[in-house]
Amino acid sequence: METTTTQDKNPPLQGAGGSHAELADIFNKDEDRVNWHDETLWWIRAKRDKSVHQLPEWEALREAASNIKFNVLSHLDIYLAQFEAAAKANGIIVHWAADAKEHNEIVHKLLTDAKVTQMVKSKSMLTEECHLNDYLATHGIEVIDSDLGERIVQLAGEPPSHIVLPCIHKKKEEIGDLFHMYLGTPSNMSDPQFLTETARGSLRETFLTRKVALTGVNFAIAETGEFVVCTNEGNADMGAHLADVHIACMGIEKIIPKREHLGVFLRLLTRSATGQPITTYSSHFKKPREGQEMHIVLVDNGRSIQLGREDFRNSLKCIRCGACMNTCPVYRRSGGHSYHTAVAGPIGSILAPNLDMKKYADLPFASTLCGSCSNVCPVKIDIHDQLYKWRQVLVKEGYTPKAKTVAMHVMATTLGSSTLYHAAGKMGRLTIKYAPFAVNNKLNPWYKNRDMPESPKESFGEWYAKNRKK
Amino acid sequence: MSSRDKILAAVAASKPEAKPLPDIEPFKHIGYTDVLAQYETVLTTIGGAVHRVNNWDEIRTIVSEKYNSQNVRVLSLVPELDDVATSAYEINPSAHQLADVELSIIKAHFGVAENGSVWVTEELLGHRAVPFICQHLAAVISASSIVDTMHRAYMRIGEAEYGWGAFIAGPSKTADIEQSLVLGAHGPRSMTVFILND
Repeated sequence: METTTTQDKNPPLQGAGGSHAELADIFNKDEDRVNWHDETLWWIRAKRDKSVHQLPEWEALREAASNIKFNVLSHLDIYLAQFEAAAKANGIIVHWAADAKEHNEIVHKLLTDAKVTQMVKSKSMLTEECHLNDYLATHGIEVIDSDLGERIVQLAGEPPSHIVLPCIHKKKEEIGDLFHMYLGTPSNMSDPQFLTETARGSLRETFLTRKVALTGVNFAIAETGEFVVCTNEGNADMGAHLADVHIACMGIEKIIPKREHLGVFLRLLTRSATGQPITTYSSHFKKPREGQEMHIVLVDNGRSIQLGREDFRNSLKCIRCGACMNTCPVYRRSGGHSYHTAVAGPIGSILAPNLDMKKYADLPFASTLCGSCSNVCPVKIDIHDQLYKWRQVLVKEGYTPKAKTVAMHVMATTLGSSTLYHAAGKMGRLTIKYAPFAVNNKLNPWYKNRDMPESPKESFGEWYAKNRKK
Repeated sequence: MSSRDKILAAVAASKPEAKPLPDIEPFKHIGYTDVLAQYETVLTTIGGAVHRVNNWDEIRTIVSEKYNSQNVRVLSLVPELDDVATSAYEINPSAHQLADVELSIIKAHFGVAENGSVWVTEELLGHRAVPFICQHLAAVISASSIVDTMHRAYMRIGEAEYGWGAFIAGPSKTADIEQSLVLGAHGPRSMTVFILND
C-alpha cells in the first residue's frame, strides 16, 4: 500500500524567513516543551560523558583524530584523486558535483537512467544541504526517507532539527497523530514500541519494492576506495542491499587516508553522538554486489572555499556526531529549526555563513561562546573561536543587523569614556529603582523570560570611595 | 574544465601547508585483562545475548529450543548447524526471497571486546542482506578470535580483500521517538552471539 506524504510541499520552517532569535521566540512560547527538549539533550550529553570516561585514552584519541583530519585537509586533492582511482578499480562509478545543483542533477539523471520514479533514502545531511528531496519532487520523483526520525519529520513536512536525532523536537503524541493520519494507526496511540513497529512494517514494504537506494557516507578511504556508512537501524543496508542501484553521496571532506584510521574515528563517533560504544552497523562498501550498480557522488558545494578560509577551514574536520548540539545551552533551548539551515547548532553556525553570509549572518551570534562545544568535539574543532571570528567578519562585511551595530557603537563609546560610563551606571540604577517599567518591558531583550534584578544602591566604585578610608 | 578538475584545482589552491599523519601505533597496544568478559558485558549492555558454548551440539540445543524450523524459516550459513535450519542457504541473487526468514545463523570472522561487535564479510553471508532482513540474527565466533579494540580489529583485517563487510553490534535499534529505546527498527529484533570455546 502506498501512503501519501506531504514531502512535496516546501518545509514550512526551513527558509520560512526569520532570524535565529525570531524562530527561537516561536520555540520558546511553550516553556514546558523547551524544558523537556533541554533536559532530553542534556541526558544524551551525560550518556556521552559516561561512555567517554571509560576510555583513559580518550584525549589522545581526539588528538589523533584531529591530526589525521589536519593531514587530510592539507592533502585533500591528492586523497580525492587516490580515492577516485581506487573506487573505480573496485567497480564503483564516481561522479563529481561542484555545487548542490549539479549534485541534484546527477542523482536525477541516475534515477532517469534507471527508469524509476521512486527512491528510498537513508540519512544524508548532504542531501538535506542540497535540498535533494524538493528538487526530485518537482521532477516527479518520490523519495521516502527510511531513518525513523527522518521519516517522521518527512511526514510532518519539516526538515530534521538535529543531524543525529532528526525528530528530537517532537513529542510522541504528535508522532502518534502523524502515523494516524498517514500510516493508518488508531488515533491516540503514542507508545514508541507500537509506533516503531508500524514504521518497520511500512518501510519494509518500501525496501522490498525500491530499485534505487541512496545513502550518505560517514567515511571514505583514499587507500582502498571503500566507504563506510553507520546506522543503528540498519536502514542504509536494507536499502542498499535490496536495490539494483546504490547511490552514495558525500562531501569531499569525508575522506580519510587509510583503513586503519577507521579504528580511531569509529571509536570516537558514536560515543560522542549518543554514548554508544559503536553504532549497530558500520558497513564497509567496497565493491558493488554482483549485478548491482554502485555510484558515488563527490560534492564540493562551498567546501573548497571554506578550505581556503584560514580561520574557518577547521570546520571541515567535522564528522557529524552532533555532540556540540547536545551540549549547547542555546541549541537546547532554541531548538534545531531556529537555525534555519540543514546542519543546526554550533557547527552548523560556522558552516552556514560560508555558503551564504547574508542569509546566515545571525547564526554565529546564536551562541554564548561558553566553549562547551569545543570541549566535547571529538576532532577538536575550535568551534566557539570560529563563531567569534565569524562575528568579526560579518560585522566588517556589513552583514549584521543595524540595531545591533548601533547598540554596539553606543556601548563602545560609553565604555571608552569614564565620565559617560559612570553617568550611564547611575542612570541605570536609578531607572531600575524608580522606573522599573522602563526596562521590564518587551523593548528590552534582556527582560525576555526574566525579571531585571533589583538595582544596587551604589556602584562598586562609589562604595569603594566611601569605604577605603575606614 | 570538468567539475572534477575544477574541484581538484580549487582544493589544491586552498589547502593549507602539509601536515604529517600522527602515529597511531600506541593505540594498538591498549587491551583488557579479560577480553571475553569485556565482550560479554558490552554486548549484553547494548541489547545482545551471549552464550559461551563448548561444542556445536550446545548451539543446536539452544537454537532448537527457541526456533522450531518446521514452523518458522531458519536459514543457516553454517554447515555445522544445517540440521537446526529449515534450509541451508542457496545462492540466489535476489534477496527478496529472504523476506520471511525468522532466524539467520551466520559465522563471523571475529568479535571486538570494546564494543561487542562481530566483523563479517559477504563471503560468510551468501547475500549482503542476510543479516539485515531476518527477524532475528545469530552469529558464531570462536573465543580465541575476540580482539580488544577497533585498532586491533583493523590490524586483523589488514589489507584483506572484500566486496562488502560490516561490524554488527547487537540488534537493530532506534530511539528516535522521545529517546525511548526500541529494539528491531528495520533489521533483526535480537542478536545472539555464540562464543565457541576452542
